[in-house]
Amino acid sequence: MSVIDLVPYEEALASYDPVMGLEVHVELGTKTKMFCGCATVPGAEPNSQVCPTCLGLPGSLPVVNAIGVESAIRIGLALNCEIAEWCRFARKNYFYPDMPKNFQTSQYDEPIAFNGYLDVELEDGEVFRVEIERAHMEEDTGKSTHVGGATGRIHGAEYSLLDYNRAGIPLIEIVTKPIVGAGDRAPEVARAYVAELRELIRALGVSEARMDMGQMRCDVNLSLMPKGADKFGTRSETKNVNSLRSVERAARFEIQRHAAVLNEGGKIVQETRHFHEDNGTTTSGRIKEEAEDYRYFPEPDLVPVAPAREWVEQLRGELPELPRLRRQRLQSEWGISAVEMQSALNAGAIDLILATIDAGAPADQARKWWLGELARRANEDGVELAELPITPAQVARVSALVAEGKLTDKLARQVIEGVLAGEGEPDEVVAKRGLAVVSDDSALGDAIDAALAAQPDVADKIRSGKFAAAGALVGAVMKATRGQADAARVKELIFEKLGVTPE
Amino acid sequence: MADLIRCTAAETAAAIASGEVSAVEVAQAHLDRINAVDEKVHAFLHVDTDGALAAARSVDARRAAGEELGPLAGVPLALKDVFTTKGVPTTAGSKMLEGWRPPYDATLTRRLKEAGVVILGKTNMDEFAMGSSTENSAYGPTGNPWDLSRIPGGSGGGSAAALAAYEAPLAIGTDTGGSIRQPGAVTGTVGVKPTYGSVSRYGLIAFSSSLDQGGPCARTVLDAALLHEAIAGHDPMDSTSIDAPVPAVVAAARQADVKGMRVGVVKEFGGEGYQAGVMQRFHESVELLRSLGAEIVEISCPSFTYALPAYYLIAPSECSSNLARFDAMRYGLRVGDNGARSAEEVTALTREAGFGPEVKRRIMLGTYALSSGYYDAYYGSAQKVRTLITRDFDRAFGDVDVLISPTTPTTAFPIGERADDPMAMYLADLCTIPSNLAGNAAMSVPCGLAPEDNLPVGLQIIAPALADDRLYRVGAAVEAALNDKWGHPLLEEAPAL
Repeated sequence: MSVIDLVPYEEALASYDPVMGLEVHVELGTKTKMFCGCATVPGAEPNSQVCPTCLGLPGSLPVVNAIGVESAIRIGLALNCEIAEWCRFARKNYFYPDMPKNFQTSQYDEPIAFNGYLDVELEDGEVFRVEIERAHMEEDTGKSTHVGGATGRIHGAEYSLLDYNRAGIPLIEIVTKPIVGAGDRAPEVARAYVAELRELIRALGVSEARMDMGQMRCDVNLSLMPKGADKFGTRSETKNVNSLRSVERAARFEIQRHAAVLNEGGKIVQETRHFHEDNGTTTSGRIKEEAEDYRYFPEPDLVPVAPAREWVEQLRGELPELPRLRRQRLQSEWGISAVEMQSALNAGAIDLILATIDAGAPADQARKWWLGELARRANEDGVELAELPITPAQVARVSALVAEGKLTDKLARQVIEGVLAGEGEPDEVVAKRGLAVVSDDSALGDAIDAALAAQPDVADKIRSGKFAAAGALVGAVMKATRGQADAARVKELIFEKLGVTPE
Repeated sequence: MADLIRCTAAETAAAIASGEVSAVEVAQAHLDRINAVDEKVHAFLHVDTDGALAAARSVDARRAAGEELGPLAGVPLALKDVFTTKGVPTTAGSKMLEGWRPPYDATLTRRLKEAGVVILGKTNMDEFAMGSSTENSAYGPTGNPWDLSRIPGGSGGGSAAALAAYEAPLAIGTDTGGSIRQPGAVTGTVGVKPTYGSVSRYGLIAFSSSLDQGGPCARTVLDAALLHEAIAGHDPMDSTSIDAPVPAVVAAARQADVKGMRVGVVKEFGGEGYQAGVMQRFHESVELLRSLGAEIVEISCPSFTYALPAYYLIAPSECSSNLARFDAMRYGLRVGDNGARSAEEVTALTREAGFGPEVKRRIMLGTYALSSGYYDAYYGSAQKVRTLITRDFDRAFGDVDVLISPTTPTTAFPIGERADDPMAMYLADLCTIPSNLAGNAAMSVPCGLAPEDNLPVGLQIIAPALADDRLYRVGAAVEAALNDKWGHPLLEEAPAL
């Protein structure tokens, strides 16, 4: 199946209904691993955060991280799930070099949370309910780096490096029920779901849920059924789709690919697929000839988890305001449209805007800077907004300088550029770059005198009541002061010097 | 102190505490004994001479400094090679771990060290504790000191043989289906499987996690009790460890009194397949207990009939998963890594070469039993049987204080006799397995020699979970009465090595 055979998207949707299942893995931000006391600091020296347990040394045993369980319950509650009164861990048995025990400690038929839903809002404000099958606890594997070979995958590699720092990091796997009825909006629903889930996870404070850092990873399962049918088709599983945009593109591509195969009378092979960020396509991974047999059985090294009802209710009572409701509130507080709110969400700007407001900036200014200049910079640099080396407090300070008339918008952009370039606090950048608005009358006086002397004819026009002609003089002054003058003040001073009072 | 190697642990500890003998002298005497006889017995896989002498010197120094020493300080011990020992080779009887020096101590190892116990070395065992004869060790069999051509039981044959050969007064075993009690029975020594969860499994190389339990081995019931108290107790590193006080087993061993106790004889253990001399000594033990003031009741535990098949589904299932980690990636054996083969091929070649036939058999059995489509019929049914067996025990213990049976149907069989007949080998654990499935406590104590072969017979005593003290009361009473009758401990009848 090559790319050129794809069926146009609209055509595919005219004949088929897509059915999606989304599996999202969230790495919890706990200080220690799920089953041992090892640290979880990102970016540490490979294999420096390991112990007998997470290396799977003979004789070692797991002990459950209580914060991991608490986080799982809070996620479950926020997803409107039921919380199990009693559940066990299970071993998922399969061999892979980066999995120390060659089984993953996970949960099987007794997940900690099940039967929930998440309401997600689409671009136009329509709300779509995504049903949640389950959320369960498990541990991450180590990380393999396959060196040599063309694909960066294990096959064809010359050798592989194994880092077990990630082995045992707590994961919550959140699985949706089949998402049906989204029609041509399926890819958008997929994206909106993952975005909403990410907001939710962040609001709970259980993970930063950075997709680019693998803290949140999405598998997109997709199948098509002919319009009007009620029996699901064979699905493909596109693994590790790691940005919101990619989730949408992967779903879209698979719809087109499936339609092409089915239109030709072909059969969809049940397989895993790899998504390629560069061209938005997927290619075949591992074919699942028969359902993989993980030989699940209850983990005998761990005792069952039986969260007390009182505790669960306490956690429910302590849940933060959920993101969609908070956005509704903020939208009305800020007086903006649903679309504007959606773009703030998509940019990952809501918390930054809020923090900037908290630091003293007016809401419209905070939104303007984060969604304008800073969003543009983040986009150019290919980083998340939050990753820009500027703080909400610094943005608030820039905004205050503008409000005080000490900076023009144009100068403010230069100050922000300086802060981003590491030149220090906004005030330091203003001082170092000499960016302060020149509104000091004596400093402006010379420039105005020079302009009047250079253009006596313009001065005459103004004296005769043609006040609009002042623009030429203001321009000359701005030029002479390299744009740092306060244009409004310059105009006032010109009129003052010429002894006129414009209406 | 005429013969240091023949003293009990309690006597040795007292002699060291009083200064009559130094811990170093005691350790050296045992190291000399090992040097003299272990070539024949092959109880040890590794003798840690330097470590033992250093530990002994430290005990002597602490005593010299006026420190109060624990009840086992300076007493030598033989440690089953299934517990990790930091920096000291630990193989679990497998080629897979040849040369591996663990970077950490098992909790049990740490507790022994803290108690001042002198670890002489690591003892032979069936590979990954799978077996009943120690013939499955990748490093060759161990001889039974009563008759070196016979098996010392298994999987902890090395620990039991070390006791019977006077190479150590104390030893540690692990009991998954009888691996402490059956070797105890066939070597004329005492072996205890404590309540599941009372001795930490952290650092115990897992065979079957829900069944494995470390426990004490000794030549006397009191010594076993002293060791029991040193190793038992809650461990936060083991989630299945019970957070409850350790029963007062030492006091119970000293009490040694069965007057008024109700003792149940398990009806299902006996009859066809049981050696006549074993049953004879068992019946004499029943009469002995009656004469000591116990009330004897016959108890039926019908589900015990299914214990063996249930065990041979549960234990292999868990082991198939527990042993998956031996993949040549991080430690232990690596075979066929020629720079061209894939990781998967190297893992397969290593497992092919590193595991012995019994281990492979159980991994395959377990893999099959857990397979989709078979899980309910095999693993699922076995778990149900496990529940039924637990209920049989609960019903029995509603009526009696302890249950008794022969520990094993026969005395020690000749090395090689059952090596090619797994089913015959599995029958050696017929009477011991129910306690592992139920997680309760059980002991084997010597009760005489079978007349037909003059080999030791063990009496099994079973108590409810967390009532381990009852084992020691009954065991010590039987031991005292029999020693009285014979005029000496049974082991003294063993031929000189």
